Amino acid sequence: MQRVLMKGNEAIAEGAIRAGCKGFFGYPITPSSEIAEYMARKMPALGGVFVQAESELAAINMVYGGAATGSRVMTASSGPGISLKQEGISFLAEGELPCLIVDICRGGPGLGGIQPSQADYFQATRGGGHGDYHIIVLAPSSAQEMMDFTMLGFELADKHRSPVMIMAEGTLGNLIEPVVLRDAVTEFVDKPWAITGCRGRQPNIVNTLHMPVELLQTRNQHLTKKYEAIRSEEIRSEEFMTEDADLILVAYGIMARIARKAVINARQLGLKTGLIRPITLWPYPYETLGRAARHCKAMVSVEISTVGQMIEDIRLAAEGKVPVHYIGEIGRTPNPEEITQQLLAIAEREGLR
Amino acid sequence: MKIIAKKPESLTGAKYHYCPGCTHGIIHRLVAEVMDELDIREQTIGICPVGCSVLAYDYFNCDMLEAAHGRAPAIATAIKRLLPDRYLFTYQGDGDLASIGMGEIVHASMRGEKITTIFVNNTLYGMTGGQMAPTTLLGQVTTTSPYGRKAEWEGYPAKMCELLSINEGAAYVCRTAVNNPANIIKTKKAIKKAFQIQAEGLGFTMVEVLSTCPTNWGLSPTDALKWMEEHMIPYYPLGEFKVKGE
Repeated sequence: MQRVLMKGNEAIAEGAIRAGCKGFFGYPITPSSEIAEYMARKMPALGGVFVQAESELAAINMVYGGAATGSRVMTASSGPGISLKQEGISFLAEGELPCLIVDICRGGPGLGGIQPSQADYFQATRGGGHGDYHIIVLAPSSAQEMMDFTMLGFELADKHRSPVMIMAEGTLGNLIEPVVLRDAVTEFVDKPWAITGCRGRQPNIVNTLHMPVELLQTRNQHLTKKYEAIRSEEIRSEEFMTEDADLILVAYGIMARIARKAVINARQLGLKTGLIRPITLWPYPYETLGRAARHCKAMVSVEISTVGQMIEDIRLAAEGKVPVHYIGEIGRTPNPEEITQQLLAIAEREGLR
Repeated sequence: MKIIAKKPESLTGAKYHYCPGCTHGIIHRLVAEVMDELDIREQTIGICPVGCSVLAYDYFNCDMLEAAHGRAPAIATAIKRLLPDRYLFTYQGDGDLASIGMGEIVHASMRGEKITTIFVNNTLYGMTGGQMAPTTLLGQVTTTSPYGRKAEWEGYPAKMCELLSINEGAAYVCRTAVNNPANIIKTKKAIKKAFQIQAEGLGFTMVEVLSTCPTNWGLSPTDALKWMEEHMIPYYPLGEFKVKGE
């Protein structure tokens, strides 16, 4: 077992290689570029393909072509680039092409800034592109998980024939931490649908056009069934000290680590807090949150966003049973003490102290 | 009984949806005949566009993928890089290639991607009902250039062969037409040459084929061929623009 110091972005790239990724297609953008740079260095010697595309549109369409061959392929970008990729993501979802898309989030809207952000939550979890679809979204919270979730992402993508997104803040992308290098994946699923040339079989077709309305309906019903299967099999979350908590924080990614420390701080000050950390942002752990809402007194969304995005999912899960508060700002990751102070203020307002 | 003509194996035989007098059918057949003659049907992957030929995956009897509008060259790039011993062709119209897909085609040719693009130029957007394309001729009336295309309003028609042939990565760039049997034979030769140059790994190859759209031009099929000869060919001269090594 080899343990090395790695940047989160590099852990993603190394994880992808260990997961058998054969093609990386990208376009430079801060704070994600280290992923492309790592792949550019490593892929040639591994017999893989690295192409720096002329645009994010071209990059995601290269992913579309690469995924159609049955190879494990990926791209990585950040907010403005992910916006441009949405056309391709919609086509990938409809074409049922497994692939990995990494969003190392920066502030937005517009060019925003290059500081940490979780402001792409709506875009990641609401489809982003046009049409009736979902993609699986994983939110790592450490450099180790950047590697592990990348490998898991490829596995889920193949299992469900779906694009998978890794959504991580710029902080995580640039955070250097110890990472245990995982064993390379050696077994892969068969992809008889792949476009490889039709030697010895009938031609395969990958298309996303379903003109007669009956075909479109059948197609979308098929996708809907798949999304139901993903909902029943793939929801992942973690709970920390929620059993007796009056005030439950909900946070993902790097914020989950900070919120965990804030929970410990608040407990030491006599406030019974707990934490739920969604790991899959889609499918979202509504049931876990809903159960918690039945026994706690209030919930708090802690996000790196000013408008509050995940808070909408928490409200959906809470079904009005408890008030849902918000702690969030963009461009910086708050420290646990700051969150603790805000928790105390919320507790005061809710009469929990 | 001796068979003197038959459907190429590289066509499925599905009935075309194209309008009467449209030349897509001829061009499909030429591509398929070339695939048959080179015996590459089972090694070939085709990418079809958004536009009238969006359903080409129903007609070509090989692995096919349907692209988002204009993106076929990017898709073909990735497939060819991952499967370098396969033959890749994109089949694109003028709106797809010269407008929304201008970035993808220019960069694929600059990178010298070893793919073959069949570029069908009929001077307008056919499927959406005859709107102006980058290739619409000056003075030509379309539904979005109702007063005739004017250089001061809409600029000049795009000459894609001339534009792409200056790229070092382009190995073969040729413009042909399918207005008469002689030119149809020349078109087939050019398509075959493009596939052969792709096989040699020399770089990007493209055959631009001047085509007709009787429906949206408002002409009979015969008059449409005449219109192509009188208006298109003078502006879009036929011939080879780039043959690497020659």
